[in-house]
Amino acid sequence: MKYMVMIAGNDEAWDRLSEGEQRASFERVRAWWDEHSAAGEIVEGYQLQPVSTATTVRQGPRGDVTVTDGPFIEAKETVGGYGILELPDLDAAIRLVSSWPGTYQTFEIRPVVER
Amino acid sequence: MGDWEVAEELVQEAAVSALEHWPRDGVPRNPGAWLMTAARRRAIDTLRRDARFRDRLSVLAEEANGMERPIATGGPLEADDRLRLIFTCCHPALSREAQVALTLRTVLGIETPAVARAFLVPEATIAQRLVRAKRKIRDAGIPYRVPEGSELPERLEQVLAVLYLVFNEGYLASGGEVVERRALAADAEWLTSLVVRLMPDEGEPLGLLGLMRLHLARAEARFGPDGSLILLPQQDRSRWDREAIAAAEELVERAGRMGRRGPYQLQAAIVAAHATSPSYAATDWARIVALYDELLEVQPMAVVALNRAVALAEYQGPGAALAAIEPLTGRLDGYHLFHATRGELLRRLGRAEEARAADQRALSLTENPGERRILEERLAASRGDPRPRS
Repeated sequence: MKYMVMIAGNDEAWDRLSEGEQRASFERVRAWWDEHSAAGEIVEGYQLQPVSTATTVRQGPRGDVTVTDGPFIEAKETVGGYGILELPDLDAAIRLVSSWPGTYQTFEIRPVVER
Repeated sequence: MGDWEVAEELVQEAAVSALEHWPRDGVPRNPGAWLMTAARRRAIDTLRRDARFRDRLSVLAEEANGMERPIATGGPLEADDRLRLIFTCCHPALSREAQVALTLRTVLGIETPAVARAFLVPEATIAQRLVRAKRKIRDAGIPYRVPEGSELPERLEQVLAVLYLVFNEGYLASGGEVVERRALAADAEWLTSLVVRLMPDEGEPLGLLGLMRLHLARAEARFGPDGSLILLPQQDRSRWDREAIAAAEELVERAGRMGRRGPYQLQAAIVAAHATSPSYAATDWARIVALYDELLEVQPMAVVALNRAVALAEYQGPGAALAAIEPLTGRLDGYHLFHATRGELLRRLGRAEEARAADQRALSLTENPGERRILEERLAASRGDPRPRS
């Protein structure tokens, strides 16, 4: 099955880490990502720039468009990256994201509609 | 998932086939070997209502309980399938409400209207809950299997939590539909014994089974002839089933020899300490408080701390207990038993005015008729009134 995992983190908690800690966390995640990509479990994915760079575009009913600064939901945890996973079932997906080696994060796993 | 849907289909089919064949051909010699849990439960439920089949029912129950390991004879679903079904229904990706509804409907084979009545929820709500849960199982790819290794403890905990919730829903029933809801306690106990048989190396299912049986062994004394709730100090201990208590205690001890004691084993050990005491006055409160301390270590919850305080009141007096529960106010303010306990402690300390206020608050927070009656009696007694209208 194909899943999308949205990786949400707490920007403030991340900012409190020292540069060395941030770098070490990146390195662990990179190695982990490469390993599971090589195994075919992570199909693709990206880390996103911080939420301060987000822009929200809202379409109105008459085709009018409003552009605003920021994410579409204001929350403590914001999406900092995503991955597309190819795994046999939900337990396998839960197992994979549970082994995330970086600083602690929250993950939302959603099955992808496959047509 | 395909497997899941197939399993579910087979449950229904097995039940229908049992209902059609048993009355005609008699109960097969080893029904457990070929019949799926739900099918057997549903059949038993039907048999229960029919006095003509009472003898068959006891034979069936005996065979089911005496079976060490169900023997596979190429029937549609085998023991492992049952276990997989339970774990699928109690997957943590499903809400607790959905887990309970699915377990009742799919594993125990209880019809949707009966599930709705048991939980005092409209039938349409339960039906919708079931549809949503089944859709999530399929669309999110919740597997139809028993988890292994490091996943097992957390997942087993989910299963046991659902079983204990269903048990309590039945055991504590005192409102309408009492008989039907009491059957839930028996169903949960039966299913727990099944988990114990299928996972013989796990201590917690055994602890939970012991806990349930310790409750059931004393159920007779827990309710008055009018169905009213009787609290532990006032219970007639001669109505407790000593033999059943000893057998349940044995289970708890067996679980204890399997390694580190989990929350169900510790709760069972606490209940066993009560159940084996000849009188309320003779209760070994020091031991009970120590067991609560151990329980708090594995389950640091405010409700556990509250129960510990109840034991502490008997051991070191109401003053110590009141001091122990005051820090819980923030977390338990919406919980009726917190206020009921506080009321009782305040009354023992001679602080009548505050005690009444606490009882009033408790009364405003519970719908359970048995509990309401006790609180109303307390309030009436504190005003010097006779018993309130019942």
